[in-house]
This record gives sequence, C-alpha cells and structure tokens, in this order.
Amino acid sequence: MNTYKQPLRALFRTNNSLASTMFARTLATATSEPAAPEKAPRIKEFQIYRWNPDDPSSKPHMQTYSVDLNACGPMMLDALLKIKNEQDSTLTLRRSCREGICGSCAMNINGTNTLACLCRINTDTAQTTKVYPLPHMFVIKDLVPDLTQFYKQYKSIKPYLQRTDYPEDGRETLQSIADRKKLDGLYECILCACCSTSCPSYWWNQSEYLGPAILLQTYRWLADSRDHATAERKLALQNSMSLYRCHTIMNCSKTCPKGLNPGLAIARIKKSMAL
Amino acid sequence: MVVARKKGRLTGLQRDVLSMYRSCLRAIRVKPAESRHNFLQFTRLQFRQHLTVPKSDFTTIEYLLRRGRNQLETYSNPGVRNVGI
Repeated sequence: MNTYKQPLRALFRTNNSLASTMFARTLATATSEPAAPEKAPRIKEFQIYRWNPDDPSSKPHMQTYSVDLNACGPMMLDALLKIKNEQDSTLTLRRSCREGICGSCAMNINGTNTLACLCRINTDTAQTTKVYPLPHMFVIKDLVPDLTQFYKQYKSIKPYLQRTDYPEDGRETLQSIADRKKLDGLYECILCACCSTSCPSYWWNQSEYLGPAILLQTYRWLADSRDHATAERKLALQNSMSLYRCHTIMNCSKTCPKGLNPGLAIARIKKSMAL
Repeated sequence: MVVARKKGRLTGLQRDVLSMYRSCLRAIRVKPAESRHNFLQFTRLQFRQHLTVPKSDFTTIEYLLRRGRNQLETYSNPGVRNVGI
C-alpha cells in the first residue's frame, strides 16, 4: 500500500467541515494546475480545386474548408490531410513521404508550384489559401494530375548508365571524387514536375519539348564521367523542339522546391552542344 | 456566326469518336476468338454509357476520348486475354 494514500483515507473517514474544505481545496489545485490557458481558435480558410471524374460533365469548382491552425501541423500537407480525415474524405491528393523526398504531393499553392509537405501554411488567417493541381496538366481527380506524358518523356532520354564495356574484375565502374562532384545539384532531383509545369514553353509544347525536369536529368547523364553514350544523347536533342524550346524564362529555377537550378543545367547542355 | 452544315456531315470531334470506336474494333480482332464477344460487349457498353452527353459539351467529350485512349492502350496489351462486364 502506498504511504501517500494514508492521509486521504483519514480524510474520508473524518466527517468534519474542516476536512471536507481541505479536500475540496486539494482537488481544486489538482485540476487547475495542468490546465493551459485556452488559446483563441485561429480559423484559416482553404479554397481547394475539386473535380470528380465520375461525373464527367460536371465543371470543376473551388470548395472552401475551415481549419483551426491550433489543432493542425505547420505544413500545407498537414492541413490537407486534416481536411481529408475530419471534414471531407472525398478530397483526393497524392502524398507519400511527408518530408520532401518522394515528390508525390506537388501542387499549386497560392500560385506557386511546390510540394505541400515542404510548404508552410501562411498563418495570416485573414487571407485565404488557394490550392490547385499542377497547372496545364490533365486532371485525373481533384489535386491529382496526369503525369503519363511526363514519365514517357523521362523514359525517352534513357535515364540509365550506357557503357560499351564494364570493368574486367566485374565490380563497380569507378569515378574520381572530382567527377562525382559534377553530379551534385543534379542527382537530388525527385521528378516532382513542379519546374516543368511552371514553364510556359512546356505548357504550349508539352508533346515535343522535354521540359526543365527531364532536361536536368539529361544533363545528369551527359555530365556523368562513366557514361559512354554522350554523342547519342546529344544527337537526340539536336532538333528545334526537344531542347531549344527553352527560352530561359527561368520559372523552373525559381519554383524548384528542392532548390536546384534546371535553368543552369539547360544552359550547360546548350553550351556543350554549341562547342 | 452560324456556319451552315450539310445534313449528315460530321464534326471533327464526332469523327474522333468514331475513329476511336473503329480502333477499338480493330484491337478486338487480335484478341483470342473465345473472348472477342466479351470485348465487343465491353466496348459497346463503354460508349453507350455516355450516350446522354450533349453534342456541344466539348470538354466532356474530349475528356472521355482521352480516358478512352488510355483504356484502349491498357486493354490492347496482349497480356489482357479476356474481360468481364
């Protein structure tokens, strides 16, 4: 039996007024201590693009949701998932890693293409935050764009090591530290398609122009010291559409949620093609 | 401006839908003989489902065409040997 319970028992047994007031006081202090001061709710409005493919003749519309920011995580993805969990389970979006490494939750938030998991909620409750799918892409449902064409283009650049011969000992193809350094700023790309869909040139020529994300990857393989297919890769770009539709608008570098610079990579491809 | 159209002449979009249907029928021909009937029924159902879409609702028809092409690409795969309705 715990010793601290003894005086309490004594209190229950004695039935005089002093004991009961003491008991009441201890109860009162016990409950008031952990109670934090009640915060005023910070209600923030989110306007989210909705479109349901099950009713194909319906028009897309914006739906408004209110979320109390005190009961919500700091990122846009937290808010979207809170809405999906608590208010409207039909809200559809792609998400996976919630830490900016998978690139699934790419969407247009307040006019900027970004990853919802890396984008902080604007805490100004007077302003409404608007969420759209990636611009100029066919929408599958709500915030889910159709990236088939994007992946087809990625496949078309043959994004893998092409070599005529491999080391005789059957081990890895080695690379110097300096050669490896050339790939920094290129290999981090997660193919979220934020940059490509922010590029007006890609909007108008999606079927032929590869777009910044894919060109960054092309350069990643051109810059790789272990790759032997440089000539073929360059030959594939030698037309007016694939590469040269880039007019250095630089929306890609401005929007990249990983802080990469596709514009620079494209400029380097152009330089290597010219020289 | 209203452009007078000869009766019976099809719009571009209508021709797109018809050519879609035609390519579906062509895709059925290379399927195994015993499942061709199922594929035909399936194709007809897919088109009949949307008979109520008005002729002038371009965005919807274009969306359905896009979705239809994706479906056709999937079902054309030789690995798909039968379909249930």
